[in-house]
Amino acid sequence: MKNLISVANPIDNQLIKTRRLFTKITEHGDRPWNFLLISVSLLVIALIIGVVFLLWRDSALARTGLGWDFLKPISNASWNPVTGKMQAWPFIYGTLITSLIAIIIALPVSIGISIFLAELCPNWLRVPLGWMIELLAAIPSVVYGIWGIFVFLPQIITPLGNFLWITLGKIPVFQILFMGPIPQSGMSRLAAGIILSIMIIPTIAAVSRDVFLAIPKAQREASYALGSTQWETIWRVLIPYASSGILGASILGLGRALGETMAVTMVIGNSLEASSSLLRPGYSMASIIVNQFQDTVSSLHSNALIEIALILFFITLILNLVARLMVWQASKKFQKG
Amino acid sequence: MTSFRNSSSEINLLNSQPLRKRRIFINQIMLVITGIMVLLALIPLIWIIIYVFIKGRLAINWNFFTQLPTILGQAGGGILHAIQGTLILLLISTLIAIPIGVLTALYVTRHPNTLLGIATRFGTDVLSGIPSIIIGIFCYAVIVKPQGHFSALAGGIALAILMLPIIIRTTEEMVKLVPTDLREASLALGAPEWKTAITVVLPAAVNGIITGFMLGIARASGETAPLLFTALGNEGFNLTQIVQNGIAQKQNLFTIVGRIINSPVDSLPLTLFKYTSMPYPEQITLAWGVALVLLVIILFLNISAKVFILVREAKIKGK
Repeated sequence: MKNLISVANPIDNQLIKTRRLFTKITEHGDRPWNFLLISVSLLVIALIIGVVFLLWRDSALARTGLGWDFLKPISNASWNPVTGKMQAWPFIYGTLITSLIAIIIALPVSIGISIFLAELCPNWLRVPLGWMIELLAAIPSVVYGIWGIFVFLPQIITPLGNFLWITLGKIPVFQILFMGPIPQSGMSRLAAGIILSIMIIPTIAAVSRDVFLAIPKAQREASYALGSTQWETIWRVLIPYASSGILGASILGLGRALGETMAVTMVIGNSLEASSSLLRPGYSMASIIVNQFQDTVSSLHSNALIEIALILFFITLILNLVARLMVWQASKKFQKG
Repeated sequence: MTSFRNSSSEINLLNSQPLRKRRIFINQIMLVITGIMVLLALIPLIWIIIYVFIKGRLAINWNFFTQLPTILGQAGGGILHAIQGTLILLLISTLIAIPIGVLTALYVTRHPNTLLGIATRFGTDVLSGIPSIIIGIFCYAVIVKPQGHFSALAGGIALAILMLPIIIRTTEEMVKLVPTDLREASLALGAPEWKTAITVVLPAAVNGIITGFMLGIARASGETAPLLFTALGNEGFNLTQIVQNGIAQKQNLFTIVGRIINSPVDSLPLTLFKYTSMPYPEQITLAWGVALVLLVIILFLNISAKVFILVREAKIKGK
């Protein structure tokens, strides 16, 4: 640089100018850098808008051609892509009922786990135990699927299903849900629901553990000072205090259950049978897409499947927004109090 | 019970011997129940791991990793095509997801309260909640349909979209932990923002990026649903043959890479899913083997990611 400046002739001047320009761009290159960062962030948002736009565009035929009848909750819905008479209710029902089973089983278990991890667990055990619970979320859903098909279903679900049929299947009101017989393979909505419950436990447990850990110490100490036992503190003080956070956590888990695809497809049985029983095979919204999207018979058929995806997207989107809002508000409350 | 502060008789009642015993009893019962809940969740974890190990071990041998699949229903044959496919898919997806994810995380941590910053963090949350099958349909509509054929590229992009929120979030957490002093020292020395980010902030947060990378890989390598309509699966995929043909025909590197990323490929979970629904016991055995390989990879990645975080936190606390 010094050499360049000391010798003054036109060519070197040119060099100096180039060098200055280069310096200007590199040393003070914050403008292109910021531009890069902003465009990348916009890309993330554009991606979501793109997903919504494409699902909306590609389901146009089904939305106009099939109308609201497509979504109507009726018991004898038909799904005939060849004649173009399609109704999605059985799949929506399958998704909702399996997720409902999952959340009913997973919620008490997860709250128990989060209480144990946050309140009772000795310090040395907390981290490894938390890791193990989180590993449940890391296991790929196809591994849940193969384990479900060959181990869990024949060993647990089939006997359980038969038991439920014998006991609850005879009672008039419960008949709708527990009408047997369960297939020998165990593939049923019940199986899908129970496998889902295992898969969403870590989600709910991890978030509610964090909510419990965020509760100010003063809350606990005040309760102990009044003479409460540990359980009374947990039940009367901590759980009410953390309730919005726990609710948020369970909605988050519900969102995961609704969107889960492979494990459900592998164990739900994939049958169009007109039955609302938990012990019978069915379809979920994701599993009908997996099974039929690759070989659609008409563009109406593929549009109908994409409309199912669109509905699934909106349900999970709304649930996620609500859940985030609740967890966020819960943690804001803690910061204040 | 809630009104016990108001009446002295109830206080006596509370401290009376039988009630006190009952309260302590309930306390112990409920605390034990929470412990049982933990065991209840650990049972499937241990059950799956042990069973997959027992069953999968039977399929694992040298041929399993080095052979291409044989004719369906015949013994022997391996899953080399799926291993190659998974590696190609993961390579494509990380090449896309890491730069985008890290840069987004940098933006979000630098400008957490601007409109775009809030929107991006929100968008990341939304993105992580989208069911993976929908990402598959999206990539099918955007890439496969216009191109007219299934491809590794489409599969890689689908996996990249799934990895993105994980990478953004872990990187963001770690960049936040980098002390502001470091950044400010660099800026005070006259280094511009971008140089500070690349030479000071990112090296300090490199463990976070590695963690995000590992968790992202772990998530992506187990995903099946988005690959069904993008990478499709391809029993006849043979990487060595493509490369050898390419070299024999004196094609340049770009043509060979282009041919690889434009052909449909198989991946480990995709193979597992397909083989599970086949009626041949040989294929089922292979499927268990694939499950074992997947499980080992994913457990390894997850545990080492956690160790990375622990080391990082210990370092920061130590300082």
